[in-house]
Amino acid sequence: MRALVKTFIAAGALAGTAGAALAAGAIEGGGQQALNLEAIIMFGAFVLFTLGITKWAASRTKSAADFYTAGGGITGFQNGLALAGDYMSAASFLGISGLVFSTGYDGLIFSVGWLVGWPVILFLIAERLRNLGKFTFADVASFRLQPTPIRILAAIGTLTVVAFYLIAQMVGAGKLIELLFGLPYLYALIIVGALMIVYVAFGGMTATTWVQIIKAIMLLGGATFMALAVLAQFGFSPEALFKRATEIHPKGGAIMGPGGLVSDPVSAISLGLALMFGTAGLPHILMRFFTVADAKEARKSVFYATGFIGYFYILTFIIGFGGIVLLMNDPTYYKVAQGATSYDKIKDILGGTNMAAVHLSKAVGGSLFLGFISAVAFATILAVVAGLTLAGASAVSHDLYASVIAKGNVSEGKEVTISKVSSVIIGIIAVALGYLFEKQNVAFMVGLAFSVAASINFPVLLMSMFYKDMTTRGALIGGFIGLISSVSLVILSSTVWVDVLGNPKGSAPFPYSNPALFSMTAAFLGIWLFSKLDNSAQAQKERAAYDAQAVRSETGIGIAKASAH
Amino acid sequence: MDPELIAKIKANPQYNELVRKRSSFARILTVMMLLIYFGFVLLVAFNKPLLATPLAGGVTTIGIPLGVFVIVSAFILTGIYVRRANGEFDNMTKEIIEKVKK
Repeated sequence: MRALVKTFIAAGALAGTAGAALAAGAIEGGGQQALNLEAIIMFGAFVLFTLGITKWAASRTKSAADFYTAGGGITGFQNGLALAGDYMSAASFLGISGLVFSTGYDGLIFSVGWLVGWPVILFLIAERLRNLGKFTFADVASFRLQPTPIRILAAIGTLTVVAFYLIAQMVGAGKLIELLFGLPYLYALIIVGALMIVYVAFGGMTATTWVQIIKAIMLLGGATFMALAVLAQFGFSPEALFKRATEIHPKGGAIMGPGGLVSDPVSAISLGLALMFGTAGLPHILMRFFTVADAKEARKSVFYATGFIGYFYILTFIIGFGGIVLLMNDPTYYKVAQGATSYDKIKDILGGTNMAAVHLSKAVGGSLFLGFISAVAFATILAVVAGLTLAGASAVSHDLYASVIAKGNVSEGKEVTISKVSSVIIGIIAVALGYLFEKQNVAFMVGLAFSVAASINFPVLLMSMFYKDMTTRGALIGGFIGLISSVSLVILSSTVWVDVLGNPKGSAPFPYSNPALFSMTAAFLGIWLFSKLDNSAQAQKERAAYDAQAVRSETGIGIAKASAH
Repeated sequence: MDPELIAKIKANPQYNELVRKRSSFARILTVMMLLIYFGFVLLVAFNKPLLATPLAGGVTTIGIPLGVFVIVSAFILTGIYVRRANGEFDNMTKEIIEKVKK
């Protein structure tokens, strides 16, 4: 059994990197049934349980408010868990622990950046968002501006972020499931796509929320157990763990300090801005603030989410180091060439460094726990893609269809139907894109999603709340400047120009790794300048309407009661 | 929303006090978070050796507690804000609404 698993993982790794789907197919005949049975059973249990919840949620989902916001009846604590579930993707679990495994301290730099956006959401956005909006953040941005153009802008911002984020998640999901469960890439994509469509289309926000809550509990529980199991081997002394890691890791003591990940100061600051303010512009995160009853619960949910996510990132750091000490000296986790005795402790790990946490689960908890962590990784992907799909479907039905096309003349039932249909279409597109991008390097796409979110959604939202003189024209021009500059600068940077398009090294026209410093600044300046220059009658009306918006955003008078019950 | 009600709220001194207090509180905390985080990022960018300096006699470096400090400070700052906003500020809001609705 153990040998079989090893061959299979090795074959899967090959299929993942070289795209040798045939190799995986050949192994399947040899006993795919026996492979990782624990994982399949546990994941099956998760799916059955969440489908049960979806059935229950579907029976409660009647109004548009039920569909978009779970009726507004989620508590701050539950929403905090769900926010954490929405945010802690498989990329951050496997990716950061893998980054710590291969580089040590650099992994911590990333996790810190991924956390610090949350306090900013709380201080600047959360309660105003809840007081002003109803279903999507476009409700807030268009509160006193012209709804049609602003909603088109917000929907484009939302769908762009959702598309890049979804592609990255789908490709990651396909490869991961191929490795963990032995399913062919396309089947894995179809399973993920089908389940996320069922959750979103039938269960709406209620089902999506509970999938995220359950996943967050499983992930936090599993990661806690792993970190404790690692620390227990060192008498709960991090110093002893670190000491042993520096003895084993090929980079030695260098893993305890910053390495080459963040090279020049401009890229470092730009990445910092993208991570911090991108979080505050993610549509699937912003949408979650409408699921709670009022500003009080909205604030509480950020507090809990920050706690859970921060705790989780500390765990991933320990898990990465656990991988170093428990895996690097054990050849069973490595691809060792026939007859060879040595292997590269970083590059040769089965399935790549992102699999460090998965291998570690086996090292500390045996195959049963490996099954559990594999199921958790699968559940994690499902929860994140379901949240993204719901955000995308809401932008289509609530912003584009109900407000732009039907001009508000649409029944609730029709709007919900459109949303359900959109979620099915988004799900199918996601599977297709995942298939199309299988062989591409999609690592840059999550970064791109954050840069776009920080350069269009965040500036438009923030300025609409705080800048009295903002006008529709200013928002549109500034927003599109942010969108176009962030996307084109990413294409012109070496991550796409060299790594994806195959141009020679060093030829990238944009010298920094992240555009946010420039594109976000350009968006803010554009909104400010073109609002200032706007002296139309419409602009005067929009400025005059700011007072009413400000009073509502501060006091919550007139707040949308999400629940129609 | 009723323009008369808006005018009434805007003229209410307690409302202006609430807005002033809450926005300066939020601004201070935002600036603190920015300083802590970008201070950390600038250390990574400009002074890698400092972060890689081991603490007394061990292999654990200064960078480890500093990184953990940024994470913990994010949590503590949100806690500080929520405590005051859900207590003091919400009570003020309630009083204002009760007064103007009379």
